[in-house]
Amino acid sequence: MHDAKAIPFTRRKRWSKATLTPWIFLSPALLIIMIFVILPTIAGVVISFLRYDAISPVEFIGLQNYKLVFQDQLFYKSMWITFLFAFGSLLPTVFISLVLAVLLNQKWFPFVNLFRAVYFLPTVVSMVAVSFVWLWLFNPQLGPINPLLSAFGISAQQFLGDSSQALAILILINIWKSIGFNLVIYLAGLQGIDNSLYEAARIDGASPLQSFRFITWPMLTPVTFFVVAMLIINGFQVFDQINIMTGGGPARSTYAIVFYIYQKGFSETNFGYASVLAVMLFIVILVLTLAYHRINARLER
Amino acid sequence: MVKNAEWIGRICLIIIVVIGAFTMLVPFIWMISTSLKADSEVFTFPPTWIPEILQWANYEKAFNVANFGRIFFNSFYVAIVTTILGLLLNSMAGYAFAKFNFWGRDVIFILLLATMMIPFQITMIPIYMLFREFELLNSYTGLIAPNIATAFGIFLMRQFMKGIPSELMAAARIDGSGEMRIFFQIVLPIMKAPLAALGIFTFMFSWNNYFLPLVIITDESYKTLPLLISSLSSGLYVQSWPLVMAAATIATLPIIILFFVAQRYFIEGMALTGIK
Repeated sequence: MHDAKAIPFTRRKRWSKATLTPWIFLSPALLIIMIFVILPTIAGVVISFLRYDAISPVEFIGLQNYKLVFQDQLFYKSMWITFLFAFGSLLPTVFISLVLAVLLNQKWFPFVNLFRAVYFLPTVVSMVAVSFVWLWLFNPQLGPINPLLSAFGISAQQFLGDSSQALAILILINIWKSIGFNLVIYLAGLQGIDNSLYEAARIDGASPLQSFRFITWPMLTPVTFFVVAMLIINGFQVFDQINIMTGGGPARSTYAIVFYIYQKGFSETNFGYASVLAVMLFIVILVLTLAYHRINARLER
Repeated sequence: MVKNAEWIGRICLIIIVVIGAFTMLVPFIWMISTSLKADSEVFTFPPTWIPEILQWANYEKAFNVANFGRIFFNSFYVAIVTTILGLLLNSMAGYAFAKFNFWGRDVIFILLLATMMIPFQITMIPIYMLFREFELLNSYTGLIAPNIATAFGIFLMRQFMKGIPSELMAAARIDGSGEMRIFFQIVLPIMKAPLAALGIFTFMFSWNNYFLPLVIITDESYKTLPLLISSLSSGLYVQSWPLVMAAATIATLPIIILFFVAQRYFIEGMALTGIK
């Protein structure tokens, strides 16, 4: 901000150079983001108004694709499945990460760094690789989970082969994969809270639960906002594990929206229709994020 | 002094955390255990956790599947180049946002942050068409270029660079240093820790990326590890769980090693994205 003023005696000579400098630093990254994010997004919206498939010539058809999408049962179904996936993962992930973070933040807790690393491990590895591992763990004939269940007197399950269980299992895996990241973010948030607040509360005779309710939770509001927003945005874009573990099945019970977009776009090469689905996904993410932002702003006041 | 009852409570909590940590590790244990089993041992009931005889040959077999060496190199090359270019571009842009005052800065920055909400899928079809047009399907450029500048990376770098005192740069300017020299010789050396954090994220993202290669790569010689692993199951190659698990172990191991070596940067970097 005051950098330009720091060179008063050469100011007139340097003025044009000084205005140019930030743009030189900025332009390579902006160019990439322009080419690979902003222009494609605009192009995606344009394509959604076209008939663009492998069969007929490309032509402008206005809102025709949108009309079809709104009558498409599979669109509603896939949106609903995506919604269930994102929000089904949300509460357990936030709850578990927060409780773990509060525990690991206690002075008496042993091996904090070790535990943090172990819980964080699933976050860093490839979703594709761990999808295979989970597929193999949940294998109904050869995996170790059915024998484990039978030890508790539960009969053999089909797991991912059962349309009433597949989505729940995907949610479970998603929670497993997400805890570490959110735990670390909560832990950093907790370390930012001034210790004297807790001491004051203790002197006033507050119980640990009370100091959580009236100090920790409110102080963590911005962290929780970030955590929830990221979980929603990522949850709505679930794809890798579905493509590998279920292929959208059984009976389309895990047919999430991005999987549908991929099928329409790259299996059926119907770019127009796939683009409408992608635009709808964008709108849903945008509306959810903005709505959540407003609710959060109101709560903070 | 802590009361006895309090200690019992604490020990219960520690046990719960230990059980949880064990649950996090179970898939990794199962992966490594299976990767060392003989094909026939997979069918024993109940399943065993410790292989009878450790079959290290499975790893050799995995390396001989398709051109595993080439594919491993592809993943590595793409991730390294993406990381180096990503560090350069993102830190330059972050520097501009943090340390310069220019027309439209705040508006551009907010628009940039807003792009984080754009799902990759909406851009995927146009990017695919663009690459088809410029013959970048099945190329390293196609795998690298879309990921070398990200709103997240720029944001992270800006947050850190805001902490550099402006006097440092002002003094260098008075001494007659050029802007590029100031950036490379004064600013970047102070940014070692955040650069390490961003570098690790970028490497991890690129190494694990599945959707982009799935869409733009069909040629065997440009495939990356996630594509190879996903093709091991689809009947393209012999379906053998020990083989798939060995491949999965090979694909996850570099990231796990990287994570343990650079854990501090990894976790600090992640943490800093959340609070600011």
